[in-house]
Amino acid sequence: MAEGSDGRVLAPFGRRRCEVAGNRESGGYRIFSLLDESGPAPRAGQFYMLATERGWGEGGGRPFLPRAFSVAAAGEAGGALRLDFLVEGVGPGTRRLCGLEPGEGVWVNGPLGRPFSAPADLAPAAAGAILIGGGIGIAPLAILRRELASGAIPSRVLLGFRDRQHSGGVEELFDCSEVRLASEDGHSGHRGYVTDLLGVMLEGDDVGSAVVFACGPPAMLEAVRLMCRGAGVACELAMESGMACGYGACFGCAVPLTGGGYMRLCVDGPTVAGEEIETALVEGSGHR
Amino acid sequence: MSVDLATTFCGIALEHPVINASGTFDAIAARRAFGEALVQSFPFSAFVSKTITPEPRAGNPPPRLWETPAGMINSIGLPNKGLAGFLEHDLPQLAELPVPLVVSVMATSAEEFSQLVSGVTERDEVAAVELNVSCPNVHSGLIVGEQPVETARLLEALRPLTAKPLIVKLTPNVAEPAAVAVAAEGAGADAVSLINTLKASAVDPATLEPSLGAGRGGLSGPAIRAVALEQVRVVSDAVAIPVVGMGGVTSGVDALDFIAAGASLVAVGTENFRDPAAGTRVLSELCERLAAARPSPADLNLNLRYR
Repeated sequence: MAEGSDGRVLAPFGRRRCEVAGNRESGGYRIFSLLDESGPAPRAGQFYMLATERGWGEGGGRPFLPRAFSVAAAGEAGGALRLDFLVEGVGPGTRRLCGLEPGEGVWVNGPLGRPFSAPADLAPAAAGAILIGGGIGIAPLAILRRELASGAIPSRVLLGFRDRQHSGGVEELFDCSEVRLASEDGHSGHRGYVTDLLGVMLEGDDVGSAVVFACGPPAMLEAVRLMCRGAGVACELAMESGMACGYGACFGCAVPLTGGGYMRLCVDGPTVAGEEIETALVEGSGHR
Repeated sequence: MSVDLATTFCGIALEHPVINASGTFDAIAARRAFGEALVQSFPFSAFVSKTITPEPRAGNPPPRLWETPAGMINSIGLPNKGLAGFLEHDLPQLAELPVPLVVSVMATSAEEFSQLVSGVTERDEVAAVELNVSCPNVHSGLIVGEQPVETARLLEALRPLTAKPLIVKLTPNVAEPAAVAVAAEGAGADAVSLINTLKASAVDPATLEPSLGAGRGGLSGPAIRAVALEQVRVVSDAVAIPVVGMGGVTSGVDALDFIAAGASLVAVGTENFRDPAAGTRVLSELCERLAAARPSPADLNLNLRYR
């Protein structure tokens, strides 16, 4: 498996066709699985550019560009690599992916981008991690939780959802006993924001030995970033942005840097250190 | 490859006629994502850099992209390291690519253009320069390429600076692109390339405000292909210098259309975003089309145009 200097797994050059192995409902979301015959196993935090073989840009319509998806789980399946993705139909691309049928083809480019850092690379004294996710953004935290567990690094998982219709993936992608939930409508767990749970945790005595990994809507990420800064806890955010290519060609996924200028989220992210960026509230970013 | 498509473009030997459109492929970033496979299977016969300017530019505020039916609007704003940064950091890496390098440059005055052209052409790694006089994202970039007289003046200032090929990238946002092409040819341009993006807008349905950070942008992708094909035709008919044709090329069929319209080289742009190896696919499909072509490529008089 070829690896970049920052631990990223390199993608095979050129998009490849993967077959859909399954597509099931999970709350208000769907989880679909692709069988990757030739690509390497991804690292947590990396993403793929996806477009269906049929019904994508044909006849001059939308969707036209591939869509970026963090991988939620990856594992061996019958000699191939099974890649699981969490999706909510919010636009022409995501709605098309929600309707995937087993056996149809999906064009895949990936794994792409910088994976999550090791906790000790974010804070030398880190002994564990707090994983906080919102909505569809829980996906990369699922694979991260497994990656941390396989390295015997303890993690606590906080997941939040807007309401019952905008939730899913918890049972399938996480071991529920380890997860604390929040929902704005109170349908499960704490009634309120998931950041409320983080606030309590950041007041704990042992917080100095933790780092925070977060993925979710821009407003949640910005709240996490500011809370962690206030508590002196290192955090890394997996961000989302509209991007045409996923590999540094289009320069569309600009995120403002603390020192001025922009980073390209696809090649310099999608995981970013909290102090690296000026704000997580980037116009046009987030799940669309 | 069943058809030999090796060609010479402005004195530069190329293995085939498929290159990239400036600003649609960052070979340095792609190497970070794909490693050495990118270099070993490089999808283009020449590499055209993203446009560089005299000073570094951060680019436009986001959002920078908007998907449209069969295309996209971008308002990237030419982020780049500036001439000095390019020469120091990017050029050594681009020189490792297995193909000739064309550097795209843009400036707001003939003096600055001269600085760029001199700065890049004195480097052996650079085979040719493309003059971006048409980028619709940057207000100052429009003026020269919209006016035949301005274009001729710019070429007259730059022509004495180098013997290396100067390619003028034409803007489609004019009534008569052929008039600008003829002016460029008359003042010493070695080739013209077209089309750049078409000026375009998008409205955010939630706010009814412009959806792009810079307010407006440029349209690319298959949505512009028919416009591009027409402009390549009229420009090819008007000039004797080679034409690089581009605009929504996604397949070998599209590439052959551009060649038939008079293009010597065909550039792949937005399709690179959908598939980083799109250039390789376009070339192999083009070979298939030419091998199967009835009438044959010779009957179509294609060779006269790209040899």
